[in-house]
Amino acid sequence: MSRLPKPPEGSWTEHYPELGTAPVSYEDSISPEFYELEREAIFRRAWLNVGRVEQLPRKGSYFTKEVRVARTSVVVVRDGGGGVRAFFNVCRHRGNKLVWDEFPGEETSGFCRQFTCKYHGWRYGLDGALNFVQQEGEFFDLDKEDFGLVPVHCEVWAGFIFVNLAREPEQSLHDFLGPMVTALDGYPFDKMTERFYYRAEVGANWKLYMDAFQEFYHAPVLHAKQTPAKFSTAAQQSGFEAPHYQLDGPHRLVSTSGIVAWELASDMRKPMEDITRSGLFGPWDGPELGEMPPGLNPAGCDPWGLDSFQLWPNFVILIWSGGWYLTYQYWPTSYNTHTFEGNLYFVPARNARERVAHEMAAVTFKEYGLQDGNTLEATQMSLESRAVTHFPLNDQEILCRHLHKVAADWVEDYKKNHTEV
Amino acid sequence: MTDRLLPAGFAELEPFAGTWCLATETERYARRMASSMEEMRTFYDAFFPRLEEAVAHCDTFPLDALPEDARRLLQLVYSLVMVSMSIEIFHQPKAVDAADAEIERVREPVP
Repeated sequence: MSRLPKPPEGSWTEHYPELGTAPVSYEDSISPEFYELEREAIFRRAWLNVGRVEQLPRKGSYFTKEVRVARTSVVVVRDGGGGVRAFFNVCRHRGNKLVWDEFPGEETSGFCRQFTCKYHGWRYGLDGALNFVQQEGEFFDLDKEDFGLVPVHCEVWAGFIFVNLAREPEQSLHDFLGPMVTALDGYPFDKMTERFYYRAEVGANWKLYMDAFQEFYHAPVLHAKQTPAKFSTAAQQSGFEAPHYQLDGPHRLVSTSGIVAWELASDMRKPMEDITRSGLFGPWDGPELGEMPPGLNPAGCDPWGLDSFQLWPNFVILIWSGGWYLTYQYWPTSYNTHTFEGNLYFVPARNARERVAHEMAAVTFKEYGLQDGNTLEATQMSLESRAVTHFPLNDQEILCRHLHKVAADWVEDYKKNHTEV
Repeated sequence: MTDRLLPAGFAELEPFAGTWCLATETERYARRMASSMEEMRTFYDAFFPRLEEAVAHCDTFPLDALPEDARRLLQLVYSLVMVSMSIEIFHQPKAVDAADAEIERVREPVP
């Protein structure tokens, strides 16, 4: 018996009839063949978030992004005019990786006036132009104009830098993001520059980890031991229902109502939460941010908890009511492994007390993530046995159902367009 | 001249300073994993009652201009946050049901 209102069709899932209600196959998460198709069908077609503009504070700031699923490395740079550009990270001379430090597979960042290849010293400007060739006279009819770095389509929305690895993207970034996501325009992401950056290598398909963070049905059970026993018992008895789910094209969101932590009985909280006035949901005393954009808290919850925007294919923006946000990225490295990135962003602490509250939120976030990571490896192993092939998803798991459907649709669409040729 | 590491009012915490004044989360997490529950319980019991005062002391300075001893005290607070997870909730160093999962904090604000 649900406690919160549902759409007139009777459930969130049936509100979107294209999803169906049948048990779902996770073959897409255990099949090396499907993964091979995802490389082109998804990761070379969709806009991919690679970071934020604050990572490029001044002219000549750069960072590299390894997109192993697309067998590609990208270098993103703040050019001389203050714009953000991206290039394939390949020297035009003999194909050496242009920007890297000690280990070719590791990402790097820094500041430079130009890019110099480690191999033969070819030099490129921040606009990608080839500016210097060692012993240029030894080459045959070499016109430097023809050998600039190969650009990658790169656009910025709300300070988030996206690249598209296609020769010609099918949509602009704005069209790709669509109205549900761009309704976040105006959220003060640019004020939240205090960043905690986490990485993990996870032994599970990227979509399985996305699933873990796009339903909260698991939270009272898997994370029961993260809270005092009394809170955990109450949480398990009430279960979890979200007041609002929404789909828009390949993207999806879940919005939740909030818990007012400081109004709970004190034996429902950790002692450390009382002193730091912070916890999983972030600092209790958030910053004053002014008016919020219309896309936030779409169900008008009061108290409101969070909105988790799941951007196709592998990017999540999770905004907490307490005035801070998280991003997740899932970078596939094989059909059953991926690199997880989590970033926590706060308005910079003005004093030690605020900084300690941020620390408490960040440390708690990691404890939960460790449990999720461990469970996902167990899921991957057991799915790969293929002992069971179809799994029932409930209405609180609508976003999982949608993700796997979108993945199937994009792969199907790609196959169709590439067999007709 | 003294060789104290922490502000004068926190002398009884000096025995923990050498172990727990650590600049990064990576070091603090590693120390937690390498510590026994008894060691962490001793640290927690000694420091928790004075946590509020410790934060208040740090707050008498601008965050970006903390004197050395206050900066170390703030690191000790971060370590107490780290240790509290084991003491208050898990009753073991590692998160329950997390086995060998690892998540690395690659970048963080300073201090």
